[in-house]
Amino acid sequence: MPNYRANILCCAGTGCTASNSALIYDEFKTVLEKYELQNEVNVVKTGCFGLCQKGPIVAIYPDNVFYNHVKVEDVERIVSEHLYKGRVVEDLQLSDEDLETKEKILDINKIKFYEKQERIALRNCGKINPEDIGEYIAMDGYEALGKVLTSMTRQEVIDEMKASGLRGRGGAGFPTGVKWQFEADQPGDEKYIICNADEGDPGAFMDRSLLEGDPHAIIEGMTIMAYAVGAHLGYIYIRAEYPIAVNRLQIAIEQAHEYGLLGKNIFNSGFDFDLEIRLGAGAFVCGEETALIASIEGKRGMPTPKPPFPAVSGVWGKPTSINNVETIANVAQIINKGADWYASIGTEKSKGTKVFALGGKIKNTGLVEVPMGTTLREIIYEIGGGCPDNKAFKAVQTGGPSGGCLTENELDTPIDYDNLVAAGSMMGSGGMIVLDEDNCMVDVAKFYMEFICDESCGKCSPCRIGTKRLLEMLTKITEGEGTMEMLDEMEELCHEIKDTALCGLGQTAPNPILSTLNSFRDEYIAHIVDKKCPAGVCKSLLEYHIDPEKCKKCSMCARNCPVSCIDGVPGKEPYVIDTEKCIKCGTCLTSCNFGAVERI
Amino acid sequence: MKSLEDLKKMREEALKKVEMREGGKDYRVVVGMATCGIAAGARPVLNKLVEETAEKNYNCVVTQTGCIGMCVYEPIVEIYDKDENHTTYVHVDPEKAAKILEEHVGKGHILEEYTVEAARKGEGNN
Repeated sequence: MPNYRANILCCAGTGCTASNSALIYDEFKTVLEKYELQNEVNVVKTGCFGLCQKGPIVAIYPDNVFYNHVKVEDVERIVSEHLYKGRVVEDLQLSDEDLETKEKILDINKIKFYEKQERIALRNCGKINPEDIGEYIAMDGYEALGKVLTSMTRQEVIDEMKASGLRGRGGAGFPTGVKWQFEADQPGDEKYIICNADEGDPGAFMDRSLLEGDPHAIIEGMTIMAYAVGAHLGYIYIRAEYPIAVNRLQIAIEQAHEYGLLGKNIFNSGFDFDLEIRLGAGAFVCGEETALIASIEGKRGMPTPKPPFPAVSGVWGKPTSINNVETIANVAQIINKGADWYASIGTEKSKGTKVFALGGKIKNTGLVEVPMGTTLREIIYEIGGGCPDNKAFKAVQTGGPSGGCLTENELDTPIDYDNLVAAGSMMGSGGMIVLDEDNCMVDVAKFYMEFICDESCGKCSPCRIGTKRLLEMLTKITEGEGTMEMLDEMEELCHEIKDTALCGLGQTAPNPILSTLNSFRDEYIAHIVDKKCPAGVCKSLLEYHIDPEKCKKCSMCARNCPVSCIDGVPGKEPYVIDTEKCIKCGTCLTSCNFGAVERI
Repeated sequence: MKSLEDLKKMREEALKKVEMREGGKDYRVVVGMATCGIAAGARPVLNKLVEETAEKNYNCVVTQTGCIGMCVYEPIVEIYDKDENHTTYVHVDPEKAAKILEEHVGKGHILEEYTVEAARKGEGNN
């Protein structure tokens, strides 16, 4: 094996792959050969660095230089300048600006995006090659599994999990150790475990990035979990829409077999464990554990009432524990560093860290991991960089279709499971969508309700019919046909659905409506009473006009109008929009150079 | 793999490959790799440094930089300690490079005779 003097790490997460990082990797290989550096410099595909906004990202070690927005044509410059001559290519370098001194910050650890983060679950993402088990082992991988199998009893493992305070990262926050105990206490030899990688919340990509960046951490965590509960077969239920993650998992499972870390008699302990991948077909409801189990069994993915809980009667009618990807990613770390270490991070009732997928109207879109107890303000402003284009922050949506919107007033709430529920939202799996002044809150509620209507499995009527009625009322409001009575009706229906729906999907489906009704009732009223959309989003309530005083009669708007509804005479008559024909696409507004088009 | 020992052995092997991505070493060995350095033979020096470091587990990272500014003394190797004190070795060849690593990084002795100060003094005497 040649001893490389430098490593080039190319992000091969889904985000960067979408912006051509695979071609960049190939180009590095080609150009390194051209410069005869292929035996000195190694190119590695790695997982998500988290700063997807700046992707594709390329890191060069040991120099610790990060390049952002790298294009294929930049590769030659990086090789010839940085790797051949040792000069950093400054214009491509990822940097931040010190707000006070205006000095450029180039040290990756001091860049605001990373400074506030504490990466436990994501520790290897962007650092190792996920397709090489050796690199995972170099980072203390499989150490925890070895320790568990050679020196701990099953109960000791469960006790360690309980003491760590780890709670389910899928959103509900059930204590992981307690869940394992339930299954371990069940009689019988045939037991199963499942890793729930059916990540479905709009805007959430934490689990995908973990699986893509550090698949062995999931395999190790699951094997420890299986030992603790007494299972010998585990399923990873992952959606087929995650091809990169599925591929890396398959490679990782094969390698673990080769090294004897999966299969019979692991670490000579007599413990056998194997893993199988099950692909989901993209139904949101299959993230619900009973529906997920049905899907694994080859049945239609629909939930069943609980009890019986899966810990008693799960897959194939046998005791089963289901944990989320991120929960499992923490397991080996807790065993290695101890429950006390883990419990020292976070708040009183929520321990450790949480990974969030930061999206929407935010400068630094990406993946962040912060200790529990970090405030929303720190995440949105210090790590995320605030809303772009100096727009005013309006709300942040957490918890996906089951969650709610939090406003300016709640920004200083330390994030944990209980605080977010108290504030009217929920932790959820970690999607965090920032909304600014240009977002209409009624439209946001409608978006989630459309999602739920699509994804409702139809088994129970509160969810199937109730959410449909909610969507109809929301649609009327956004079209200016709402009444004030509708608000009360909606609220009542919301509570009925919450009380009567069969599974978590239906029970939490009304949350986006309830939380926006609570915090942004004035916006609903503006739609209903004034027939206006304050954010200018709901098309039916908008009108476009041209100010004849400001119009320069240049005809630009008329030439760009896709439905030819603007009339005038170039240079002579000011232009006028026929509001009857207008489809409110806004093209005239953006094409006018003189600010003569107004949206009312 | 059947024991913790096996795992440990494998980890040590694998570590060599990735550990240069981690900081926290006692020394940073920097090679001037501008045109002048490369022309004077810095590349074999750099490669020798990397090889030796991996083989003998020296507590340092080897990296490269641009023109250090004293082209006449190339190839130049600078060694920084944790407090950023640095020693500049000049006219380094692969053989000297190995010796520098062994003495300076391995034992903490500065090899005075290869430093830029010694080279300058020598010129003064001539």
